[in-house]
Amino acid sequence: MANISISARNLSKNYGKTHAIKEVDFDIKNGEIVGILGPNGAGKSTILRILGGLTTADSGTAIVCGLPVADNSLETKKKIGFMQENNPLPEELRVREYLKLRAELKEIPKEIIATEVRRVMDLCDLFRTARRKIIRTLSKGFKQRVGIADALIGSPDIIILDEPTIGLDPHQIQGIRKLIDMLRTKHTVLISSHILSEIEKNCDRVIIINHGRVVAEGTKQDLADEFVNENRLFVTIEGNATIFSNYLDEAMLSYQIDTTFENEKNMTHFTIQSPKTFIISNFIRAIENFEDCNLLGIYLLKPDLESIFLAATKRSWEEEMNH
Amino acid sequence: MRHFFILLRHEVRLLFIAPSTYIAALLFLLLMGFIYWAIIRNMTLMPQDSSAINQFFSLFWLPVFFSVPLLTMRSIASEKNQSTLETLFSAPVPKFAIVLSKYAAAYILYCILWLLTLYFPYITASALPETISNASLTNSSAIMGSILFIAISGWLFIAVGIFTSSLTRSQLVAGMLCFTFLFILCVGAQQLEYATYAYFESGTFIYETIQYLNVFRHYQDFSLGIIDTRPFVFYGSMSLILLSFTVYMIES
Repeated sequence: MANISISARNLSKNYGKTHAIKEVDFDIKNGEIVGILGPNGAGKSTILRILGGLTTADSGTAIVCGLPVADNSLETKKKIGFMQENNPLPEELRVREYLKLRAELKEIPKEIIATEVRRVMDLCDLFRTARRKIIRTLSKGFKQRVGIADALIGSPDIIILDEPTIGLDPHQIQGIRKLIDMLRTKHTVLISSHILSEIEKNCDRVIIINHGRVVAEGTKQDLADEFVNENRLFVTIEGNATIFSNYLDEAMLSYQIDTTFENEKNMTHFTIQSPKTFIISNFIRAIENFEDCNLLGIYLLKPDLESIFLAATKRSWEEEMNH
Repeated sequence: MRHFFILLRHEVRLLFIAPSTYIAALLFLLLMGFIYWAIIRNMTLMPQDSSAINQFFSLFWLPVFFSVPLLTMRSIASEKNQSTLETLFSAPVPKFAIVLSKYAAAYILYCILWLLTLYFPYITASALPETISNASLTNSSAIMGSILFIAISGWLFIAVGIFTSSLTRSQLVAGMLCFTFLFILCVGAQQLEYATYAYFESGTFIYETIQYLNVFRHYQDFSLGIIDTRPFVFYGSMSLILLSFTVYMIES
């Protein structure tokens, strides 16, 4: 268990009569980048706030770097860099002043505060552009960078980022993504998001939360194996596609058609759902025998996180209904 | 304590860069200057029983009612509103250090404002040397007693402000709550003493308790140079209780 950074053991938390999270259980290893994925109100922020020592669980134990958070919240906070959802910052301070204050509060030795603040500003590309700016005047993207720079101060073992890309434009999202990528292996990173592509691109492992419960956990491949029961093939046909459509109908495969004309050739693209047992080589041989219809391309579409997420949440709803 | 001093420096700095601080200070000094001027004018028109400084500080409640809400209403309410308090909690900082730093910063400013009013007697003495005797204007024992009262009663008044600021996210509501609490604290005990005067004999437990709570009676003692330890205990313990409640409020 020595290489476990974060452990959640049966965490439950209620707000009044509402169950925010219920018996949440997971482990995160050192140096992993893990995404917590879930719809709005699923309980992602509550889990992160419990791990960050901002609130306490009604039952269960959160363990950070081997220490139970509830009993050692000041100690565990020293090991965590936390950026909250919406990243609230004191608007009247300048970026450098704010980061200096945070470094002091995080008990960074006085003699290295300036160097440390410079390091995190360089890392987040704040030094050249924004160090003297008042936080109020910064764009949303730069404010997020300030929040991440704050989380990085003191090189904590664990970085927790709650919705780091919320409200950002694509350029800013790409910047933040690069920044998170730079943290790989140096820190254990826990990111929450409801944006699937974010988690897909950044994270080694995903924890899917729905209605306050962990409904799936693992690498994208693990989750695909567990939740996706069919392959998706992308096939491009030239010529008379009716023969091919009839073949698919006979084989009882569901498909979508998109016809295009490129270089005066009549090309038809099929996206086909097939069972996992489907043998593609037989399929190719069958197509080769068709007249007036040539196979131009075929490739297997990898299951995306969206389909995994939808399958996992659907299964959790079905289980809840059955109960 | 390290966190307390870091946060105190930060809070004091925030107070001094906020325009509202200067507006509050200006209003405070204008009002106090006007009151002092009115007292001096009355003294020149007819003989008075007490010195100008005693009359001046006996009206301590008037600036307290508006300056304390102005100085404290922003402290926790606005941080709650902007969620920046949560950001502070994410650092390894004890919650009592956060509350204490906000309290101490507001208290420092409160004391500075009152200390500035000490210029009034000296300005009057130098500007109007023939009108009122210097001894009457700058009676050091009255000044020391009064300012000591202001300092220790300020412990409680500022604690009330910080506490009420922790009850809400709205600065305006925090200010109104603070005014109401201070009004009850200052005027309530005095009125209670008047109301129960006929029913309880002097020396009985209830009468003594009501007197113990009467802020105006504390001022009378201090202005006469009577330094009693009981007000120190009263203001100190009440402030600590309120600050503990404040910590509880921000935790919840």
